[in-house]
Amino acid sequence: MVWQTLKRWYHMLGSPRYFHTFSSRVLPWLTPIALLTLVTGLVWGLAFAPSDYQQGNSYRIIFIHVPASSGALMGYMALGVSGLVAVVWRMKMAEVMLKAIAPFGAALAAISLITGSLWGKPTWGTYWQWDARMTSMLILLFMYVGVIALQNVIREPRQAARAAGLLAIVGVINVVIVKYSVEWVQTLHQGSTLKLFGESTINPAMKYPLLISMLGMWLLYAVNVLIRARSEVEWRERRSKWVQTLIREGDK
Amino acid sequence: MTAFRAALSRELLVLWRSPAEIINPLFFFVMVISLFPLAISPKPETLALIAPGVLWVAALLAVMLSLDGLFRRDQESGVLEQLLTSPVMTVVPVTAKLLAHWLLTGLPLVLVSPVLAHMLQLPDRVLGVVMLSLLLGTPALTVIGAIGSALTVGLNRGGILLAVLVLPLYIPVLIFGAGVIRTAVEGGPVSGVLAILGALLALTASLGPLAVAAGLKISSGN
Repeated sequence: MVWQTLKRWYHMLGSPRYFHTFSSRVLPWLTPIALLTLVTGLVWGLAFAPSDYQQGNSYRIIFIHVPASSGALMGYMALGVSGLVAVVWRMKMAEVMLKAIAPFGAALAAISLITGSLWGKPTWGTYWQWDARMTSMLILLFMYVGVIALQNVIREPRQAARAAGLLAIVGVINVVIVKYSVEWVQTLHQGSTLKLFGESTINPAMKYPLLISMLGMWLLYAVNVLIRARSEVEWRERRSKWVQTLIREGDK
Repeated sequence: MTAFRAALSRELLVLWRSPAEIINPLFFFVMVISLFPLAISPKPETLALIAPGVLWVAALLAVMLSLDGLFRRDQESGVLEQLLTSPVMTVVPVTAKLLAHWLLTGLPLVLVSPVLAHMLQLPDRVLGVVMLSLLLGTPALTVIGAIGSALTVGLNRGGILLAVLVLPLYIPVLIFGAGVIRTAVEGGPVSGVLAILGALLALTASLGPLAVAAGLKISSGN
């Protein structure tokens, strides 16, 4: 039952036109929910959560840092999946998604690196360490940049999307290998003395606002992807009848 | 198999007749390495410290630059189109091409590396490890770089884009390649890291040509 429904959704959302009407129904309520969730999480975390007994208030950057990092990672995984679908099945919507997912993900990776280094200064006394997690996030940013650059430089949009899709697939494998290679090399020479944070030991008063801001960031990412995908769909289908009618009569 | 052998001998012949493409990467490798003692310090202890990384970064850049035009001539002359439409699976000639390219541009780097490692004041006992690490690593670099080369073959300004696409993909090979030499210098056991390098080579050599073939198909627009 569930499988059947999912399959139907998959095929329906694969149609650019259906996606367009679907997203115009979803966005009006998803956007406020996303913003509300993110603001709730951030305000709770930044203003009301207790300060850490060791790090004082500086730890509060986690309410931006962790959502951004997780968003960047999930975005790249989504990029890989869209790439696979675009290269293997040549589905139009997957090609659109490839283009829609990348920019926000790159921005989140950059935010994650910047907030991380700002957090690193007061806690570790350094802005940057070639630690496994930081290095892999930097490589992730490079991979995002590569996907975006390749998409921009190829003229034909379908071809650009499939080229970027192939790169995204290779990139997913690479990011996984980089993550472990950096960890292994570190353990080969010196034990990692840095623990970013103990997840199990986090205080519930800090955990809930963190989870809420993460959820808010993911929803905001989804909103961003939908908006980008909509304009991309409109552009790609600009010669089709339904977009022509849309232009003449306005949205709704 | 005969198709593979025919493609291999063709590629070797074509490359052999344009010796600049074989010699330039080699000279680039030697020149980049000779810049470091001049730029950083000619002191033996400093050189020995940076040598593993310098050797590997230079090898990586040399391989990458040699790949910029990997498919360009074939594309301009229409050979690429023939390959893609021929009844033979694209992977076969692509693999032959990569093998030929590595034999004539990657292998020379491996062969000359002990001399350069010696000039960088690495102890003689690690020269074998230097060669072995490059022997396992450079084919992987060739294959990975070829993916980028295939994706950018139709573009005029491919060069800098190729670097942006390929360098992040090179990082794992670089880490383990330089790591092996460093471990050997410190006197640690190298077989484990060499095995990982071998595993990376096996992964890229088995899946890479498929990605290269797919990339060529995408670039040619079908």
